[in-house]
Formats: sequence, C-alpha cells, structure tokens
Amino acid sequence: MGNTSSMLTQYDIEEVQEHCNHAFSQQEIVSLYHRFCQLDRNSSGFIPGDEFLSVPEFAVNPLSQRLLRMLDGLNFKEFVAFLSAFSPRTSLQHKIEFIFRVYDFDSNGRVTFDDILGVLRDLTGSFISEQQRQKVLTRVLEEAGYTKDSSLVLSDFMKIFGNSDLKMEVEVPID
Amino acid sequence: MAGLATSSAEMDLDRPNIEEYLTVESIREAPKKLRLFLDGALIVLWFRRDLLDISPTLKEAAGAIVDDSFTRCFKSNPSEPWNWNIYLFPLWCLGVVIRYGILFPFRVIILVAGWIVFFAAFSLVHFLLGEHNKWKREIERKLVEMICSVFVASWTAVIKYHGPRPSMRPQQVFVANHTSMIDFIILEQMTAFAVIMQKHPGWVGFIQKTIVESLGCIWFNRTEAKDREIVARKLREHIQGVDNNPLLIFPEGTCVNNHYTVMFKKGAFELGCAVCPVAIKYNKIFVDAFWNSKKQSFTMHLVQLMTSWAVVCDVWYLEPQYIRPGETPIEFAERVQDMISVRAGLKKVPWDGYLKYFRPSPKLIERKQQIFAESVLQRLEEK
Repeated sequence: MGNTSSMLTQYDIEEVQEHCNHAFSQQEIVSLYHRFCQLDRNSSGFIPGDEFLSVPEFAVNPLSQRLLRMLDGLNFKEFVAFLSAFSPRTSLQHKIEFIFRVYDFDSNGRVTFDDILGVLRDLTGSFISEQQRQKVLTRVLEEAGYTKDSSLVLSDFMKIFGNSDLKMEVEVPID
Repeated sequence: MAGLATSSAEMDLDRPNIEEYLTVESIREAPKKLRLFLDGALIVLWFRRDLLDISPTLKEAAGAIVDDSFTRCFKSNPSEPWNWNIYLFPLWCLGVVIRYGILFPFRVIILVAGWIVFFAAFSLVHFLLGEHNKWKREIERKLVEMICSVFVASWTAVIKYHGPRPSMRPQQVFVANHTSMIDFIILEQMTAFAVIMQKHPGWVGFIQKTIVESLGCIWFNRTEAKDREIVARKLREHIQGVDNNPLLIFPEGTCVNNHYTVMFKKGAFELGCAVCPVAIKYNKIFVDAFWNSKKQSFTMHLVQLMTSWAVVCDVWYLEPQYIRPGETPIEFAERVQDMISVRAGLKKVPWDGYLKYFRPSPKLIERKQQIFAESVLQRLEEK
C-alpha cells in the first residue's frame, strides 16, 4: 500500500482492518483514508506535523505536542491503528494502554513521577507553579500507595482504571 | 518499582461506583477514623478520575484529527462525473471539443477586445480630463462597469440579481460572503463599488494599481498587525465622502467554498453606519466557482471558468442593517453573517478565516489550561 494512488483496494482495506483489530468498519476505513489523503498533501505516505497543526481544533489542544510525537511518520495502516483506541468497538484495556503510552514519554514501559508531572504541566500551563504541581502529585501518589520514586507499569494503570467508564470515542463520518 | 501497598484505600479501587457514596458532606459527618479512611479513598478516586484520566482531552484531539469544521470550509468538493456510460461519454467529448475549441477562443477574443477598448478609453479619460472633473469619475465608473460586464460575458455568467440595486449615498457599507475574486467582478458590473483589498502580485496587482485605484480603493496587508488601525481610519473617512463610490467589504477575509461561512471580522461593523448585506450563491451545475488559492493561481481559475459552459449564480441585495442599542460590533457581525448564510443556504462556522494562514493564538490553549489548573488548585485547597 505504499504506492501513491489514492484508491484503496479491497485487500488494502482488509489488511488495515486486521491491523486495527476490526476497530473500524470498512466504510469507516475508506473515510479515514480520504481524511488521511486530505492531510497528506504531498502524497508522501505520512502526515507531517505541520498539517496536523493546521487543523485549529487540534492545535489548541494542550496535549497536541505529545500526540504529534506519537503521530510522527505514521503510514495509513498505523494511523488507523492509532485511532483505533477511540473506536466504540475497542476494549477498555486498549484505551487504558493508549493513555499509558501518552504518559510514557520515553517509551520504556514505565511511567514515572516525572512523566505524570510532564502531562500535568501540559494540561495546566503557567496557571500552577511547578512547586504546587509537585506537591499535589506527591501527596496524591502517597495516598494511592505509591511514592515519589515509584514507577507505574501498564498493569498498575489497568488496576487504577479498573472498570471505570472511559468515554473516549470519536465518530468517523461516512462520506 | 514499588509494589502495590496493601492499604485499605487500595482495596476500595475495586469497588464500583464509589463516587456515589463518597461526598464531601458524608465525609464530614462520619467519625474521625472512618473519615481519614474515606479521605484517602476519595483522593485515590480523584487521582484516577481527575488527574490521571486524560481521556476527554485525548478525545477532543482525536475528534479533530478525524474531522474538523475548519478544513471542511476550504475543501473543493468534486462533483460526481456524469459521463460514465456509452451514450453520455461521446456527448461529453463533443462538449469538451465545443468548450475548448470554440467557446474558449471566442471568449478570449471578446475579453481581449474588451480590454483594448477599455484601456484606450480609460487612458484617454484618465490623462486628458482634469483631476477633479466631474465627468471623469462618471465615465471611469461606467468604463469599469463595462469591463466587468465583458469579464462576466467571457464566462457566460448567468446571474440573477434580487433586491433593490445599491444606491450611491454616504454612510453605508456593503458586505458580502466571499468565494472567489470573481465575486468582486460580479457585483462590480452592477455597481461601481470601491473595495478594500489585499495587494496581489502579477497582472492582478497591475490592474489593482491602475484601475481599481480610480474607484477609490483601500489597501491592506494581512501580515501587518498595525495595519488594522490605519485601515479602520481610512474606512471611516471613505464612508463620510458624498462623492465616494459605495464601499464593498468581504468580512470573511478569505475565500470560502460557498457551502460555509466563516467568522465575519468586526471591522466593517464598527463604523457606525448602515451595513447592507449581499448574499452570493453559486450553482455548481457547470463549474465550481470556489477559488482555492492554495491549489490554483487566479489565471488558472479564470481559464477553468472560461472553458466551462456557464457560471450560474444568484445575488441577493438584502435590507440595510443598523447596529442595535446594546449590541456589540461582534454580535452585529454575527447577526449579519446569519442573515447572509440563511439567504444563500450556507452553514455558519465560528472559525476565523485567517487561521488558513496563521496558527491559532496561544490564548486559546491557555484558556483550557487555566480551567484545568483551577480545578486542581480547588482540590488542593479542599484537602
């Protein structure tokens, strides 16, 4: 599927569907492909960060830079796999795993105090001082049974989120 | 890695719907030991729900990636091909031959002839007649209207004008939705408007400098911030003048694909005069008149129009509007945007058209950060 034609064959669609664990219907995959081609203006096979940032709704999101790192250089198949975390057909575990990956900045499978602090910094900006952020986080971690030096792995996240209801779904418009 | 502590607070994580039972009030009422236990559980809950759970923010980002209302405004929607069977295809080929082989050269000839006549007459009038000669202005106006009619004829435009024609009087400004630079030509053929325009390079710039200047135009530069005050002053001066041509402004500031309207900038609405809305809707039956300036040069756009059968559009001159007491210019702008959108059957979108060229202001991110920060600080105080 690395060619530059903007037509998807049935084989392509099925391959993508396999790769994302049937998170999207075939029609949705075709829609996503149109969207991918719209953003991938130079038909280079991946969407440059600048194109994502030219979508104002995305650019004003506090976590945009983090997500850009995850979106960097993805081809269409990987793009759909990325978005599969937001499908109503995906398991809660998969969504929790996605959140874990957002926190796990250096992708080493462990979320440390600094990692959580980083996300908190993105979300609160200059409206809380660094000291207050550290204070809140330390206290909350201690109450939850961790220390400042603990690092969380995926199973910890699974335990923390348990069977809470994660409303993390987007609707793919079908042209 | 620290193992999971076996505090009693931990075990509560497995129990569902704990938030239904734990409220700040119920905690205050419970005895102290129980209260400490419940405090801990509440913090753990808050750890997960309000601090660690970034899913709402992620969901917004993913929603924007999948589809967003801004990009939709500038998408040229290709029309369905109708020439796909054995009967229609030869007809279509014949059509192409006629359009490119007969109509196009014919139209170019008309256009060139019109320009020659125009330039001759315009130069004569411009250089021979004195600076403040009353006839000079009249003739120049009529000449501009003529060349616009020539342009319009060169695409065989079928234009239906509805409503009373604009009148020449001071203290009024005309606003219209913007799809292409041909909007200006279509409106100009009926009335010699003065416009406020961005200076373009190339032959368009040349025309702007010579002819459009004579109509009394105001120039602006999108990239200059200070420019806005100077332009506002010039606008105000222009509408005072009795002899000045009526002013036409496109408040969207950029070309939109004629299915949506983007935010109307308030500049035209804070001049303290009547605002006359004009709605323009193109019928895509033969050609899509949307000028996607990122995809085509204006020349190519014109060629595309000249090789199609016709440009069909409707122009509605709507009732002049005045700012209501207690209404801000921004609200006034929105009200007029609504009027034009409804009349022309366009969907309204709150985005600023300039986001096509510039990134959104960091203030928008900061607002979201501030809201989240406040909720975190509030929790900090509560404990």
